Amino acid sequence: MTAIPLGVPRRLVEFTLDGQEARVPEGSTILDACRAAGKDVPTLCQGDTLTPKNACRVCVVELEGARTLVPACSRKAEAGMAVRTDTERARHSRKIVIELLASSVDLSTTPQVAGWIKEYEAKPDRFGPDAARLDEEPKIDNGLYVRDYDKCILCYKCVDACGDQWQNTFAISVAGRGFDARIAVEHDAPLTDSACVYCGNCIEVCPTGALSFRSEFDMRAAGTWDESAQTETTTVCAYCGVGCNLTLHVQDNEIVKVTSPHDNPVTHGNLCIKGRFGYQHVQNRD
Amino acid sequence: MDLHFGDSKPTDEERAAIDALLGPAESSWEGAARDEMRAADLRWARGGREARERRDLLLPGLHAVNDRIGWISEGALDYLCRRLTVPPAEAYGVATFYAMFSVKPRPATVLHMCTDLACAAAGAAELCAGVEARLGPGSGVGVERSPCLGLCERAPAALAVRAGDPVRTAVSAPTTVAWAAMAASAPDSAPEEPPAAFAVPQAGDPSLVLLSRVGVVDPASLDDYRAHGGYAALRRAFALGPAGVIREVTDAGLVGRGGAAFPTGRKWQATASQPDHPHYLVCNADESEPGTFKDRVVMEGDPYALVEAMTVAAYAVGAHKGYLYLRGEYPRALHRMEHAIGQARARGLLGEDVLGQGYAFDIEIRRGAGAYICGEETALFNSIEGYRGEPRSKPPFPVEKGLFGKPTAENNVETLVNVLPILTRGAEAYAAIGTPGSTGPKLYCVSGSVDRPGIYELPFGSTLGELLELAGVRERLRAVLLGGAAGGFVRPDELDIPLTFEGTRAAGTTLGSGVVMAFDETVPLPRLLLRIAEFFRDESCGQCVPCRVGTVRQEEALHRIAERTGAAAADDIALLREVGRAMRDASICGLGQTAWNAVESAIDRLGAYE
Repeated sequence: MTAIPLGVPRRLVEFTLDGQEARVPEGSTILDACRAAGKDVPTLCQGDTLTPKNACRVCVVELEGARTLVPACSRKAEAGMAVRTDTERARHSRKIVIELLASSVDLSTTPQVAGWIKEYEAKPDRFGPDAARLDEEPKIDNGLYVRDYDKCILCYKCVDACGDQWQNTFAISVAGRGFDARIAVEHDAPLTDSACVYCGNCIEVCPTGALSFRSEFDMRAAGTWDESAQTETTTVCAYCGVGCNLTLHVQDNEIVKVTSPHDNPVTHGNLCIKGRFGYQHVQNRD
Repeated sequence: MDLHFGDSKPTDEERAAIDALLGPAESSWEGAARDEMRAADLRWARGGREARERRDLLLPGLHAVNDRIGWISEGALDYLCRRLTVPPAEAYGVATFYAMFSVKPRPATVLHMCTDLACAAAGAAELCAGVEARLGPGSGVGVERSPCLGLCERAPAALAVRAGDPVRTAVSAPTTVAWAAMAASAPDSAPEEPPAAFAVPQAGDPSLVLLSRVGVVDPASLDDYRAHGGYAALRRAFALGPAGVIREVTDAGLVGRGGAAFPTGRKWQATASQPDHPHYLVCNADESEPGTFKDRVVMEGDPYALVEAMTVAAYAVGAHKGYLYLRGEYPRALHRMEHAIGQARARGLLGEDVLGQGYAFDIEIRRGAGAYICGEETALFNSIEGYRGEPRSKPPFPVEKGLFGKPTAENNVETLVNVLPILTRGAEAYAAIGTPGSTGPKLYCVSGSVDRPGIYELPFGSTLGELLELAGVRERLRAVLLGGAAGGFVRPDELDIPLTFEGTRAAGTTLGSGVVMAFDETVPLPRLLLRIAEFFRDESCGQCVPCRVGTVRQEEALHRIAERTGAAAADDIALLREVGRAMRDASICGLGQTAWNAVESAIDRLGAYE
């Protein structure tokens, strides 16, 4: 299968993907090519609205002639490459990476990961009961959102979304290093003392639920969160004239969270504090 | 960018430390006191893009505060951020990345006690315990266990740093509880270090090429350097022209000595031919590989050689600015290089018009702050630019997009000083040294169970046994670590391995950074392996999962099998192998890819847990 984009035509790059001819527009990544060819390569830190950081290394594939495996999400396809996505070597690395992650953080709210654990026969428990993990209480220091570091895989997506890729607020960064590295605001302060403007764009891109709406967090704690009972309605934000799209997630006739469609050409999934969190007036029934 | 700065203010001393680097703040927009409203405050905000473009001064700024106060407070960090228009969250991320900085109050004097391989083998653990007992709370000294201080020939080693204006340092090696305590309590009156030549047992040997001047010239005298053949290479370089220099280096067959063995001429050619400008030259003097200290000895003993070699390299690749990234744990090398660069500048050998040839080049020194990963070339760029020292993914390669996103040639100290004999002797004469596959002389850092530890220079092709004999290897040799913590162990019956890139490769090991560390039977191997695992766990930047978590899981497994052997250890060894394989295959950079090498070789070649 061949991926052809709409818009200005670009040169096509020809290479082989699992022995089959693949043609993708110049500038496409190996992952783009895989998806166009209907191949399933797992990814965690890759985001559709962000430049790939290739930190999680779940999407590694084998590139002929390369000493190491390469991350499919950020390696650009080049003419003449020979890529194999499903070799024993690539599968081994993916399995270990999933095991390492699942043994060190809580992936219970990470979509798709349960399936990959099964598919790659990962056994996160085999590092023993004493395997180091964070074990930290969620940080609830404001009314809008919760930071649960126990679920954080350090994918850098929130840092990129808060920084120069979208929000330009630069309220969060990675502090410390190695296993002790943590996403943090300046001086590791509470969010309320930081530069955070509560746009919630970091929640929008978080792949694991380490960042979540206070509403979702409270409902999960109470056992009332039920995604299957939710409806999603995309509408236009009423606060100002920009016209951002909001997707309202409604459960039991209450808005439980607000996201934004990533394919919107204006906002690409980003909102401000009002659009993201200012929905109480809709359902204020006093 | 709408930056938010907290309410915390710097103390007068913190402000003075930062202002000494950046000059006084001109308006309250960039942190000047608000008590007297200045005209500038009312009309426009200075700073902005102009300040943001000085982001690379973040690391020097953090050093300025850390040197003066001993730690970096919220007020100091916020003030520095205002001055440079850097988001405080990012600056906090940078400050907490480096081991030598603290964002929590600590005593003004910190004693760094080396606990790495050579020092561990020389009894660092007992020494640390003794020093901690002596310098307990109330002594005003913070004792911190440190990774390799690069003083392996004088193990065990300690480095005392006392904050103040100026900062005072004292190196004590080989040290004892009493000596270390003295260095910490009175760094100014601590006995002077032995001269650099002390680390070169062959000093004065006329056959030396790279080390010929160490111990012979006065490292403080430019005239003495010139009297010993200095600046002949640069003159020849100007005569040859940039392309001619690259041709000589290529014909000489010089390859990088940092461990990767990449052909230097090819790297320079690729940089020189980039249409994007400016080009940069970066000298990687962040040698933090446990067991490596050759760059320190070269910089301490023959600093002008590096200045000259950097000038030649920059001329070849078309760079007008060079950065010398020097590891933070080398106070004497820093002073010597600062002095040498200053003298060269004063005498027209650096600056607008080098040697009157109309070529402009200058060198800026950047101090690292305790992070092994910053020896990785792209992490080093990030560190200079004022970001966390995390490696970038390649491609693009540095020759295309390196420092500040511009074409950059990066070489380590040993590689660069090889350029001098290539130019003075000619490519052919240089290539005649060594073997056809590995040309030239090579420096080795020999330490551990030998009588004469130090830096040795031998032509490529000598065997491991010959080198060890030169250094006086002791009886009952148990193992030799080749290439440092990222290298591999070999057995005492493998001493005929030829020390060449192709020879070590054929023997299934690596020359790495030139480390040769001998361990006799008194050294507890499992504890050594544990230290290697601990080192990599500590030094992983944390960016990618295989390295960040993999190094931890490996260390855990090694703890579990520390006292076990044979079948009892089999499952954990299998686990080590599986994790190690994924780390080698899937990590972003060389740190994660090589972190498991030494332990694996100890299991396979030495039968460490059989």
